[in-house]
Amino acid sequence: MSKSTNYIIGVFNDEDVLMDAVSTLKSSGVKIQEAYTPFPVHGLDDALGYKPSNLPIAAFLFGLTGTICALLLTIGTMGFDWPMDIGGKPFVPLPHFIPVTFELTILLASLGMVATFLIISNLKPWGHDPFMFDGRSTDDKFLIVIDLDKNKMDKVALTNLFKQTGASEVNSKIVENH
Amino acid sequence: MVVEEKFEFTSGAKKKIITTFVVGLVLALIGIFVIGSGNHGHEEAHGADHSKETVAASAQHHGGHEASANEHAGAEHHEGGEHAEGGHHGATGIALRVIKNLWHNSVFFTGIAVIGVFFIAFNYIAQAGWSAAIKRVPEAFGYYIPFAAISTITLFFLFKQDLFHWYHDGLYNPFLADGKTPNPEYDPIIASKTWYLGKGFYIFRLFAYFILWFLVWFKLRTNSLNEDLNADLKYHDSSIFWSAIFLIIWGVTSSTSAWDWVMSADPHFFSTMFGWYVLASWFVTGLAFITYITVALKEAGYLSFVNENHFHDLGKFMFAFSIFWTYIWFAQFLLIYYANIPEESYYYVERLKNDTYSPIFFINLIVNFLFPFLVLMTRDAKRQRIILKVVAVAIIIGHWLDFYIMLTPPILKHEGGLDANFLFIELGLALVFGSIFVFLIMTGLSKASLVAKNHPMLEESIHHHVV
Repeated sequence: MSKSTNYIIGVFNDEDVLMDAVSTLKSSGVKIQEAYTPFPVHGLDDALGYKPSNLPIAAFLFGLTGTICALLLTIGTMGFDWPMDIGGKPFVPLPHFIPVTFELTILLASLGMVATFLIISNLKPWGHDPFMFDGRSTDDKFLIVIDLDKNKMDKVALTNLFKQTGASEVNSKIVENH
Repeated sequence: MVVEEKFEFTSGAKKKIITTFVVGLVLALIGIFVIGSGNHGHEEAHGADHSKETVAASAQHHGGHEASANEHAGAEHHEGGEHAEGGHHGATGIALRVIKNLWHNSVFFTGIAVIGVFFIAFNYIAQAGWSAAIKRVPEAFGYYIPFAAISTITLFFLFKQDLFHWYHDGLYNPFLADGKTPNPEYDPIIASKTWYLGKGFYIFRLFAYFILWFLVWFKLRTNSLNEDLNADLKYHDSSIFWSAIFLIIWGVTSSTSAWDWVMSADPHFFSTMFGWYVLASWFVTGLAFITYITVALKEAGYLSFVNENHFHDLGKFMFAFSIFWTYIWFAQFLLIYYANIPEESYYYVERLKNDTYSPIFFINLIVNFLFPFLVLMTRDAKRQRIILKVVAVAIIIGHWLDFYIMLTPPILKHEGGLDANFLFIELGLALVFGSIFVFLIMTGLSKASLVAKNHPMLEESIHHHVV
């Protein structure tokens, strides 16, 4: 039997109420697990105390891979494997190779970034379906999810706090850990 | 409640700018009268090495009627009469260098002033909200346009013979006056461009640019000022209309003015990328000026609504358009390099295979591409005022050098470059024009509130947030 985690979920109808609720909860010392919104809410990342994403670093590394691959490909084939005299230019005319290098850099950076994002967001096509606390958070509801085990307050106190901050409903959910 | 902010152009700031102007003027005068004369020995020493190469090069490009300026100076003494008949360049040496610098700075700062109008126009058309809080900064750039018109038009009429080879009458007739003798000066390539570089049409365009730019800017500025007095959406709508008109005008005139003022200094050369290349250069410099002035105003305690989110967007603009400039630069270079057509590729031969200009050619790429690209890449860098200021200054200097490398080789031949006098004539005249530019913009800024308080997008701009 695997362990399970108790979550308490506050459902909000409006992003401004959600933002106020986040700051109220934070100031009462509650640790928020995650917030789910149907669209990006400006300032929510800062309010939740998220660190900036490391995705740009991944993008840079993918881009660098593209640059190196393109240069190896062009210089290797045109300069060493089968040198050809084209218009009297040198065998490795770097300006000619820049467009390919540029394109491959962009291609690998963008594809790599999409793949990285899908994998770290658990949206990869294999394995389990992505887990959702409440399907309505992809439509018109805003969720704040709190891990009960990681907070000192009990379920009743948190439910009351959610109600005070303007949650339209408060649900609880037990999730089995995989 | 939105409070008006009045920028005070303090006498201290005025003094600083006037001091810069005086320093620039003194440097230029030292360059002209002290170092200028001492430089001739240096030129002569080099002249021997260069003369053969130059004659060969100019024989190729200009039908052999344009010797190096050094020989030219000598020829002027011995065969002055003959040269005058041929309608050759009058000014030589240091005088030509000063003329070239005046023209270079005039064109450079004219473009930047118009970029201010361009910035407002595309923000209106895109319905951009974030820029409402800094709108008065680019708006003030228009106060330079009247001076730009005076300087550019005056310089053209005073020095057209020195600046533009195509202006000489002798180039266009295949035969001399008797109708039989072939004209040795005849230049079929330039003659084929008469329809565009004809004097009447050229002078018409020269005036038309400034009149059109000024009128649209004036309309946008008047709307903006009226909006402050009377919160009515009709001013906003009218500004959107005039912005659309301006974008159409600028879409054509940005390219044609670049051909007229910069590319035609080298009348044999043509590049279809040239208009965009000059536009990209002007644009990124204009953005650098907008950024620098915005940061400086913020640091002086003005622009209370402007925060790092606005700086982030300005930083992104500088970053993106530095790359755009490089893209255009490279697109022009690659096609010419690849095709290797003589009348196109000598543009790069003049600049790359030439000790005088090749250092500037590479400095240009490093300062205008590598430096902003690497420094502004991260998010944090774009939100730091000090980094933005450093990059903005680098871009302004870099693109001044970009115009230098565009305009100097065709006008000055081998007499330009990073010699001792560069720090006096080039730097001095750049300071003179730069201080006039900044002075007029500051005066413009002080004429109205720094906050366009009734701008319908102002609320959005105040709450602007960049992730």
